[in-house]
Amino acid sequence: MSQLDLRELHSTEFPVPADMQSNVAITSLSKIYNWSRRSSMWPMLFGLACCAIEMIATAASRYDTARFGMEVMRATPRQSDLMIVSGTVTKKMIVPIVRLYNQMPEPKYVLAMGACASGGGPFKEGYNVVSGIDQYVPVDVYVPGCPPTPQALLNGLIALQKRIDGQSLGNMDDVPWYGVGPSDPVPVPILGPDIIDPRQMEMIRAQAERAASGESYGTRELPAAAMDVIAPRTEAAARPAQAPAAAEVATDDPDRAEALRKREEALARKRARQAAQNLDS
Amino acid sequence: MADQTINSEALKTGDISAAVDYLKAQYPDAISDDTREGYNGIIIARDQLVEVARAMRDDLGFDYLSNAAAVDYLGIEDSMEMVYHAYRTSGGAALAFKAQTPRAQAEIPSLIEVWPGADFQEREAYDLHGIAFPGHPNLRRILLWDGFDGHPLRKDWQEAYYEEDHKPFESRWPKGFVRRAEELNIYGKNVKYPADLDLNSLADTSEESVYANMGLGVDVQQLDNGDELQTDKLVVNLGPHHPSTHGVFRMVVTLNGETVEKLEPVMGYLHRNHEKIGERNAWLHNMPFTDRLDYISSMSNNLGYALAVEQLLARGARYQPPTYRAEVVRVLMVELTRIVNHFWAIGFLLNDLGAFFTPALYAINERELILDFFEAVAGSRMMCNYMRFGGIYKDLPERIHAVANLVNDKMRDYDTMDYLVELINERIPRAVDQLDQYLTDSEIIRARTIGVGYLPKEMAIAYSAAGPLLRASGVSYDVRRADPYSIYPELDFDVAVRYNGDIYDRYLIRLDEMRESLRILRQLLPRLEVTHGEPIMPGGKQGPYMPRVPIGESYGHVENPKGELGYYVVSAGDAKGTQNPWRYHVRAPSFINLTALGQMCRGHKVADIVAILGSIDIVLGETDR
Ligand code: SF4
Repeated sequence: MSQLDLRELHSTEFPVPADMQSNVAITSLSKIYNWSRRSSMWPMLFGLACCAIEMIATAASRYDTARFGMEVMRATPRQSDLMIVSGTVTKKMIVPIVRLYNQMPEPKYVLAMGACASGGGPFKEGYNVVSGIDQYVPVDVYVPGCPPTPQALLNGLIALQKRIDGQSLGNMDDVPWYGVGPSDPVPVPILGPDIIDPRQMEMIRAQAERAASGESYGTRELPAAAMDVIAPRTEAAARPAQAPAAAEVATDDPDRAEALRKREEALARKRARQAAQNLDS
Repeated sequence: MADQTINSEALKTGDISAAVDYLKAQYPDAISDDTREGYNGIIIARDQLVEVARAMRDDLGFDYLSNAAAVDYLGIEDSMEMVYHAYRTSGGAALAFKAQTPRAQAEIPSLIEVWPGADFQEREAYDLHGIAFPGHPNLRRILLWDGFDGHPLRKDWQEAYYEEDHKPFESRWPKGFVRRAEELNIYGKNVKYPADLDLNSLADTSEESVYANMGLGVDVQQLDNGDELQTDKLVVNLGPHHPSTHGVFRMVVTLNGETVEKLEPVMGYLHRNHEKIGERNAWLHNMPFTDRLDYISSMSNNLGYALAVEQLLARGARYQPPTYRAEVVRVLMVELTRIVNHFWAIGFLLNDLGAFFTPALYAINERELILDFFEAVAGSRMMCNYMRFGGIYKDLPERIHAVANLVNDKMRDYDTMDYLVELINERIPRAVDQLDQYLTDSEIIRARTIGVGYLPKEMAIAYSAAGPLLRASGVSYDVRRADPYSIYPELDFDVAVRYNGDIYDRYLIRLDEMRESLRILRQLLPRLEVTHGEPIMPGGKQGPYMPRVPIGESYGHVENPKGELGYYVVSAGDAKGTQNPWRYHVRAPSFINLTALGQMCRGHKVADIVAILGSIDIVLGETDR
């Protein structure tokens, strides 16, 4: 930012004579605090996958994050305010990512860039892929896209700035890092036979026990017709940890079955039509 | 004697059938033809595999092992097999050979002593398929962590979000239900645990094996002997979060003072299960996934996959080869991609040498212009998803409009051909010359790169190095010439070769290759004019979404900017006609080029590691897949 525009900081309640407006600003502490923080965000120099290439392109001369005071990319988490998670988060990589996040000094922000970081993206079903970074660390801004264009990333960065502008020093929910004592680090996941989130130990144990005892393990309420297709397969997939299937989850929903039957009929008609057309041509 | 030499020379250049005959004569019990429908090559009894392989290399001149892939034939033959493709660096087609093993206690002798380039590929097969390779000195998991449960590419291994073997999943189509995968998993997230998981005694052993052979601890004996200055051994970890690893690559290095004694690459931090997902996907469905392999050169990844599948399709009755227009546009895109990639590679090599970001900014600047073109044509800057089986997705538009409308950007609206002509005849050559002028004679660059990271010619071949890495070591091997595809035979260009095998030559060869690509592009411009308006797909319309792919195997490979990119695909066929690949394997140049990294770094200073890695030019999407 070449020139500081004081009017940006002005609180309108306090009139300042017009001729002094370029020299004097009356403002609130929160406002100037937020303004200085959001104008000097230092992202961590940290790329995961394809999205990182677009992140670099955004930092380069054409799009230029320097215009937002974000050009100082720090390779160490201890000097950075913003973690741009730019790419697919794998189970193997989430361990270092959580460690990096824990090392960042507060206040810290996380931007999930792209479909992968937001929710798993095209590789979601992969056995080594985490369905979104927010399963482990809190995310402030999500940027959709695969990869998001540099414009989209810039938009995300501006959204983050707006978010910071809205924070108030008086509100402890906004600025928890001024609470008493250091905040708790995110527990580092464990690479066992599969990734294990220490925060979920209880849930994992409970679910495994329920499944082993043949009880319904909840959460999976699907229409009956869907269960016809899915239940045997889900059951097969979960078999290592779970003996009998959760057949009782299936609920009878005549409406859905009726809708399904109609759809099948329509499809059959469509196929017949197409076959006829093919014969014609 | 003289007779024999001539004879053996003839063998080394003879065609594949002569080679196979020779092998059959030498090892009558070990070799049989692969007679399965749609397959070719030979099957070698596994107890004689190493001997036969050695004969292939020494007597027949197949000095280059391009690809080694494991396939699980569960339900078809109840066996697993390793498929190898060996080439001659003097050019010619592949000698494909296979070794089979039962699924239980799968074992195939390691070929690492014949072709050290098999190293990582065998480790990958061990990791993902659970095939053991007796004779391999360092058989550990490579992409997944130590302690992972199972071998995911086995056909009976199911991932946590498993729904069905093949897409489209029946529940979605035609049934029309959409459920988030989380809702179908009992833990509500992408995990599954074995039945005997003991949550009370969890141990993360993934790090131990990484450091196991690195010589941790001080060797007092070594400190004490002799009068020379003795230094401590030190084990240093670089990555996976490190600004110069080009992503999430990791190296564990044993240092003696500042000198590298041993370097172990550790990877898999971006292993996103490309191949497992690829085997669930429909054939065409994989096209956008190939974009995300080497995400800097998506166009050429597309081409490799299209070629592999076209080889299979060509066995079908109604197959028509791509039209000429399509081939011209394909080569146009692929060569532009090569330029994009090399700009990027040089920019970031300079980053690694310490010239932080300024040279990269120059390089990225020109790249943007090409990306604008890609965006106008394919709709996306990076992930183009542009090629189709039998052609391309869309013809070039008449005009290119501005996409980025930023304050410092002029509104743009160009005629496509004018844009290309300016790009190819003026902008890019100027930018290449500029890089050359500013960098080539720089004292610092020369001091840091000349003689560093030396890879001798023989070693480059033995380690299956590919692309600029191989050619900078004096091997004139380029798939575009060695095993030509598309319209390359009719184009006039030279294979760039340099002979010193160090970082400097790898830098120079990228400049050379950009200039050769420009030469090709200039020849394409008139071809684009002439073919203007011709169909881009045979028959003038897009092929089906679910092509029927005839049964069989194929290996399609292309010269990607980073080296030879190969796709090994198998179509198994079922009663309804296959819709999905049975096997989809990617021979990734970045992955295999890393095999030689440890050798190249030994004896250099720790700061050189970063430069040597930069000169290989890896991309993690492809390394880890
Ligand atoms: S969102 Fe797309 S571009 Fe980004 S990392 Fe994932 S696959 Fe790559």
